[in-house]
Amino acid sequence: MSATLRHVGWVLRTNPVTMIAGLGALSLILLAILGPSLVPYDPVASNVPMALQPPSRQHWFGTDQLGRDVFSRVVVATRLDLAIAASAVTLSFLIGAVIGSFCGYTGGKLDLWVGRFVDVLMAFPLFVLAMALVAALGNRVENIIYATAIINLPFYIRFARAEVNVRRNLGWVEAARCAGNSHAGVVLRFLLPNVLPAMAVQISLNLGWAILNAAGLSFLGLGVRAPTPEWGIMVAEGARFITTGRWWLVVCPGAALMFAVLCFNLLGDGLRDILDPRMRT
Amino acid sequence: MVGVAPLARRAGRRLLSSLPALFGVVIFTFLLMRVLPGDPAVFFASGPNAGQAEIEEIRRQMGLDKPIPEQLVRYLWDIGHGKLGRSMGTGQPVVTDLANRLPASLELTFTALLLALSLALPLGIIAALRPNSAVDHAVRLLCTLGVCVPTFVSGLLFIYAFYYLLGIAPDPTGRIDIFASQPPNVTGFLLIDSALAGDWEAWWAAASQLILPACTMALFVLAPLARMTRASMLAVMTSDFIRTGDALGLSRRRVVLVYGLRNALLPVITIMGIVFSTMLGANVLVEKVFSWPGVASYALDALLASDYAPVQGFVLLMAGIFVLVNLTVDILYGLADPRISIE
Amino acid sequence: MTPLLTVEDVHVSFTTRHGVVNALRGVSFAVDQGETLGIVGESGSGKSVTALAVMRLLDRAGRVTSGRIRFRGEDITAAGRSVMQPLRGAAMSMIFQNPRAALNPIRPIGDQIADVLRAHNDISRRQASSQALELLEAVRIRDARERLSAYPHELSGGMCQRVMIAMAIACEPSLLIADEPTTGLDVTTQQTVMELLTDIIHRRSMGLILITHDLGLAARYCQRIAVMEQGLKVEEAPPENLFGAPQHAYTKRLVAASPTKHSRVQDLVGEPAPPSVEPKLDSRPLLQVSSLKKVFGQSAPAVADVSFTLSEGESLGLVGESGSGKSTISRMICRLIDQTEGTIRYEETSISDIASRDFHCHPLRRTIQLVFQDAGESLNPRFSAFDSIADPLRNLLGITDNQELRRRASDVAERCGLPHELLDRFPHQLSGGQRARVGIARAIAPGPRLLVLDEPTAALDVSVQAVILHLLDRLRRETGLAFVFVSHDLNVVRMMCERTIVLQAGKIVEEGSSEELFREPKTEYTAALLAAIPHFEQRHGIF
Repeated sequence: MSATLRHVGWVLRTNPVTMIAGLGALSLILLAILGPSLVPYDPVASNVPMALQPPSRQHWFGTDQLGRDVFSRVVVATRLDLAIAASAVTLSFLIGAVIGSFCGYTGGKLDLWVGRFVDVLMAFPLFVLAMALVAALGNRVENIIYATAIINLPFYIRFARAEVNVRRNLGWVEAARCAGNSHAGVVLRFLLPNVLPAMAVQISLNLGWAILNAAGLSFLGLGVRAPTPEWGIMVAEGARFITTGRWWLVVCPGAALMFAVLCFNLLGDGLRDILDPRMRT
Repeated sequence: MVGVAPLARRAGRRLLSSLPALFGVVIFTFLLMRVLPGDPAVFFASGPNAGQAEIEEIRRQMGLDKPIPEQLVRYLWDIGHGKLGRSMGTGQPVVTDLANRLPASLELTFTALLLALSLALPLGIIAALRPNSAVDHAVRLLCTLGVCVPTFVSGLLFIYAFYYLLGIAPDPTGRIDIFASQPPNVTGFLLIDSALAGDWEAWWAAASQLILPACTMALFVLAPLARMTRASMLAVMTSDFIRTGDALGLSRRRVVLVYGLRNALLPVITIMGIVFSTMLGANVLVEKVFSWPGVASYALDALLASDYAPVQGFVLLMAGIFVLVNLTVDILYGLADPRISIE
Repeated sequence: MTPLLTVEDVHVSFTTRHGVVNALRGVSFAVDQGETLGIVGESGSGKSVTALAVMRLLDRAGRVTSGRIRFRGEDITAAGRSVMQPLRGAAMSMIFQNPRAALNPIRPIGDQIADVLRAHNDISRRQASSQALELLEAVRIRDARERLSAYPHELSGGMCQRVMIAMAIACEPSLLIADEPTTGLDVTTQQTVMELLTDIIHRRSMGLILITHDLGLAARYCQRIAVMEQGLKVEEAPPENLFGAPQHAYTKRLVAASPTKHSRVQDLVGEPAPPSVEPKLDSRPLLQVSSLKKVFGQSAPAVADVSFTLSEGESLGLVGESGSGKSTISRMICRLIDQTEGTIRYEETSISDIASRDFHCHPLRRTIQLVFQDAGESLNPRFSAFDSIADPLRNLLGITDNQELRRRASDVAERCGLPHELLDRFPHQLSGGQRARVGIARAIAPGPRLLVLDEPTAALDVSVQAVILHLLDRLRRETGLAFVFVSHDLNVVRMMCERTIVLQAGKIVEEGSSEELFREPKTEYTAALLAAIPHFEQRHGIF
């Protein structure tokens, strides 16, 4: 195991960005947990006389059209945004990895039908699909999660399928059969653990994408509704004021969004380096 | 080059194999209509006070009282005859609305794609030829940042910078300045129509409206394209046949362009379908930010107003376009790679 | 006269993340016009690096740190691209292992040959194309005109290598470097490619450097052979001296470990013969295979009507070239795939009636085990050596107690010559030979009576192969195991098996006792196979 640790150490040393991204992601998670008890103002309390103030010492990120403190809103929104993305990714990962692995291993009819299903899913522009799903299921937060999970699903299925497929004829898989493992045992005990590291990369990259998707949906007015603090909806509300120069209403939540996505993406790239230095691109 | 016949066969086969997916889309939109909250008949009734009898009448007219399978058959029949229902918002048939607005969306998407490709390919190639150089690091930084910026934020920032601060961009609403003369409608693409009419003032007006949304969208897909180009070029340049080219004294240019680039473009072609699909999705956001009168903003407005016929039509249209795009990508790939004709 | 190429005390080092690795530590040799020099050695000996250093094709991480490389008297040790590009292809050329990957997959081969011609000559497209045609004819490709527009994937491996040779000699270079040119090709293909190559070399009186791991190949085609080990040239001599009276200890070991027409397993490792308990050949049949057939999809049957029997404790060899169906047969016997037709009877049980998907929980599972070719993929990368060996013990013998598992696993490992401190290592921390031992231990752990070995040593260096073969032979003698030994290497099969079956395209061509079959083959195919194997003769005591 020490060799693995050495390798991780080497990657972090030569690629400090990964470390910074890891710290960033960690601090985001802490903010999501502790945020509401840290912020200086109530994120939903309006204070009309103080409306549309530029950033100042009292209001670090300025105030919005109702005089609410943008900083408090941005911080408090972390929890909702991360929670949506994390639950969506978890859902699609769990379902996609298992289905994809079995498809990749057995091939045949199951593979064919799942492949068809994935094709149908992929025949939509995925963001449009998510919109339609939220519209169909109802304009609620949990439906944003389901919609995001469903549009992520094809990627996990395909990814797990491809990763398992290249391994299914390797010696150690056949050896596992000789050692008395059933097909299901081979998939669950041998193939899945081998595919998981590569999927960890996918999960991290996917988290960023899921955050973007969820924020995009609420930017359009789907899912989360005002006055709930959420980055996408805050940008949407601020959009009205951009042509009159109130940049902070867009820039602050937008920057928070970008920071979160950036952290998870960089973390994903770093994980990829840790797992396989040759895949470094 | 590959012969025409196998290519046509391949295209035909591909079209056939996309039929189940298209059928799936149709079923999905049909179900969408059934599970959407609310009773469509109520929406179509004259007002909130419409009597039960009136609603029942509309229900009968729309065929909603028939069993589900029969409804599905009627639905398929209607789609087959190009009937997608009527939009409540505009009062027009959905097909007419979509046809009017599609050129705006396509003009935006294609311009953005062209912009993105013309930047991403050279950047990716240069970065791959000099790994770990300053250029490479710059390209990688750009790629990393590019995928993190949501289109709706970058679009708004563009507006802030070029419209509010610098004042060099026009008011970010619509395809063309309302005071500029609209060119005669030939293709629906303003840039092409005004160029055909020789009206360069209108061309310029349209172009200056187009540039910000197109840049926003291009920025969004620039990163994945450049990243892919770089990665595949890097992989190809370390492959055996490149070493062969070097070992037999081919010129650097020939090795890079003919042996390297042509092979490296293959994976880039395959992701074009996905990239295009992402762009169709991103269209919704960009059109909203720039009040662009395209199909996506039309569908979004309808969706928010619980007007479902346009949404349905839009989803079908998107799926149709996507199938066409994938077909094109497939044919391009078939032309570029002789190996696939053998399978 | 100055030699064509001189390499004087060349050092090459690679900068890796683990520090600087010295791949070459002072290598010197010379090649004259019209002469063939063989460079032999095992993996990691630096033979390929030598070739790349001469061509100045080392990648970014590697560089020549000291020494001189002279080509036709001119110092090219530090020559840049502008000097080397006109030389490469025109004056010195190279062909590589894995010819299909070495050709551009999406460019017709005629164009690729023309590219080389036009890179060095000022000729028109039409002229280049007609010269390419002549070259294809020169490397004896049939229907050369049609082949001009073929892509590499439409050609066989041997044909691709001939195209590669055509490209390399297109501009009549005076030096050709061939790096493992026939590795991965079937033995008969190897013969035709090598004969073509040497013929061209002689006719044009070119210098050739043949880099190979196969001593027999070097012996047959080279005038002088340099032996390399760990970045050093340990010995250089004409083949008859080298094989007759090797001077260096490493050369002696290498020569001894290479299987020849007459060697026995114990000769390979230079150990005295093991306690000569000849395997008890029981007349009771252990395995009866009759009319076995396997068809994949629409293609021609991979196995068509194969029948044989195997007695208890017997060792049977299955040999054949790629596509002969030998691996498919072994998979069916092990019940990893289902047969299309035919029966397989193991003692009293007709195991062909048990579906492959259900066989894992059948009581006979533990008695039939398979040993895989080791190319670094026969072991689960997430399992330690112990996990790999313990898995069948747990599943097939139902042992759950951890201490008992430990004890049993290290017991088996010890019998396979694997020190128990290696049991907690993961596959990537083990050498090729150690991985092979884990694979064997895993297979014999549940106590099988029939062991199917699928190319168990194909990916190993000869010195490691010798040790592993010796181990397998000893295990068989100790435990009375029956072997089905699948291999493309006829010499190995002759040593390891009492009886041999020769397969071609899924059918049995010839069957008989190994001694007889190898001494007097009855069919032309077997005779051709045997003749194609390059041999060297060990003539003891000439000097």
